Amino acid sequence: MTEMICAGFGGQGVLTAGMLLIHAGMKQGNNVIFYPSYGSEMRGGTANCAIKISEKKIASPVIRQADIVFTMNAPAIDKFESILKPGGLLLVNSSLVDENRTYRDDIRVVKAPVTDIAADLGNPRGANIAMIGVLAAATDLFDPEFLLAQINDYFEAKGKKIPANEACFRKGMETAQ
Amino acid sequence: MSERVLMKGNEALAEAALRAGCRFFAGYPITPQTEILEYLSWRMDEVGGSYTQAESELAAINMVMGAASGGARALTTSSGPGFSLKQEGISYLCASDLPAVIVNVMRIGSGLGDIAQGQGDYWQMTRGGGHGDYRTIVLAPNSVQENADLTYLAFDLAEKYLHPVLMASDAAIGQMIEAVALPEFREHNIDRYEWSVKGGTMEEDYRRIQNIFYTMGPAYEDFLRAKYDRMEVEEQRWESTAVEDAELVLVAFGISSRVCEEAVEGARAKGLKVGLIRPITLYPFPVKAFEEAKNAKAFMTVEMNLLGQMTDDVRLATGCELPVYHYGSIFSISDTQELIARAEELIKEAKGGEL
Repeated sequence: MTEMICAGFGGQGVLTAGMLLIHAGMKQGNNVIFYPSYGSEMRGGTANCAIKISEKKIASPVIRQADIVFTMNAPAIDKFESILKPGGLLLVNSSLVDENRTYRDDIRVVKAPVTDIAADLGNPRGANIAMIGVLAAATDLFDPEFLLAQINDYFEAKGKKIPANEACFRKGMETAQ
Repeated sequence: MSERVLMKGNEALAEAALRAGCRFFAGYPITPQTEILEYLSWRMDEVGGSYTQAESELAAINMVMGAASGGARALTTSSGPGFSLKQEGISYLCASDLPAVIVNVMRIGSGLGDIAQGQGDYWQMTRGGGHGDYRTIVLAPNSVQENADLTYLAFDLAEKYLHPVLMASDAAIGQMIEAVALPEFREHNIDRYEWSVKGGTMEEDYRRIQNIFYTMGPAYEDFLRAKYDRMEVEEQRWESTAVEDAELVLVAFGISSRVCEEAVEGARAKGLKVGLIRPITLYPFPVKAFEEAKNAKAFMTVEMNLLGQMTDDVRLATGCELPVYHYGSIFSISDTQELIARAEELIKEAKGGEL
C-alpha cells in the first residue's frame, strides 16, 4: 500500500493531483481512497488530501505515516514533513521553497521547480502535472506512459483536452532524473 | 452493475437514491452532508424529480412526509444538530405508517459539535430519537459502495414495512472518494399504493394520512408488534470475519469496522484469536451473528464515541454472560496497531494473564 499526502495552496491543483493519482491507481486494478481536508481549513487558502493506493482492501482513510508527501509550497512542508515514514519521499517545489531549507536526514527529498516549469511551458496551471511527472520518475508506482495516458483520460472524461499537460509531465520527469 | 467510477460517499448516496426511484428530496445544508444537496440540486432535475432546499430541517422532514403521503420515494439528509431537528417528523412518519429514507451523516459531539466524523448518534438513531413508542431500521454503510447499495435497499425496506428507514453514515464515509459500481436505474410508480393520497372523483372514498391507530383502534397493538417482530426476524444484516474460533470478538460498524477488519488480520498474524462482527443493521441489531461466537471470552466494541453506545446491544445479544469492553475515541478514527495491542491485553486478561 502507498500512502500519500498532497498539499499546497488552494489553486495549485493538489486535490486534482490526488484525484489523478487514484484514477490511475483504480485503472491499474487497485483499491484506492481519497480523503480531503474539508471545512474551515479550506478557507485559509491551504489544501491537502490523503490518498491510498493498494492491492489489498484499504481500512482507514486517515494517514498516520506517509510513504510520500507531495508538496507544492513551503507551508505544506512545515505541516507534513514530520508525517513521513523514515525513508519516505518528500517532493519539493523548488520554485517556491528556499534552497537553503534543511530537511530530516532520514527521508529522501526530490526538488523540482515545477511552478517555473509550468510557466515556461505556457501552462501555469500545470505545475501539479509537472510534479506528478517528478513523482513518476522518482518512484516505480506507475509506468510513466500509463500514468500520462490516465491523466489525459481523466481530463477528457470531463470534456477537457490539455495538450500542454504532456509537456509539463515530461519536463517534470526529466528534472527529477 | 456499471463500470466502477470514483465518487465521494455523499454523491454516491445521492445518485443511488435516484437510481432507486427517489424523485423527491428536501433538505437543508450542514457539513458534512451538504454534497448530497449540492449533487441533487442539479441531478434531480435531470431525472425529472423535485428538489427543494427547505427553510429548515423541520420543513424538510415535513415536506418528505407530504411526498411520502403521495406515494413518492422521498429522501431527506442531514447531520448531527440538523438530524435532531428531524426527530419529530420521523415520529410522525412512524405513526402514519409512511415510508421515507432519512440520512444522518454523523459528525462529532453533542450540541453544535464539529464537522469531523463521529459515531455518537447510535443511541439516538437506534432507540427512536423522537417521542413515542417506535424504532426504525438503521443501516450502517462502511464504504462508498455501501453508501450506494444500502441507500438503494433503504427505499425497498421503507416500503416493505411502510416505515421510515435511517442511514447511519458518517463524515468519513460521506467525504471520502472510492471506486463504486452504481446500481441500475429502477422506476418507481408513484400510484402503486392504494393508501397514498392522490386526486380522485367525488364518488370515491377519500383517503387520508393520519395517525393510523385512529382508524385501526385496538387492532393497532397486534399490528405494531407484528411489524417490529418481522423486522427483527427478517432484517438482521451483518458481516462476520474470523468469529468462529475467536477469543476476543470486536464489534464495530461504519468507518470503525474497516480499521477493525485490518486489526483482525494483524492480530491473527501475531497468533491472537480475534474476530469481528460488523452490524450492517444497527436496528434490528444482528443478534443472530453472536451465535457463531462460541469460543468468545470477551467482546469489545470499537466506536467513535466515548460512552460505548453499542455495548448495551452487545450485552443484550450475548445475555450479559461475558465482559463487553469498549474502545472509543472522539477525535480520530481508531488506529489498527493500538487496537491490536488492546486486543492482546484483553485476551491475556481473559485467560488469567497467559496467552
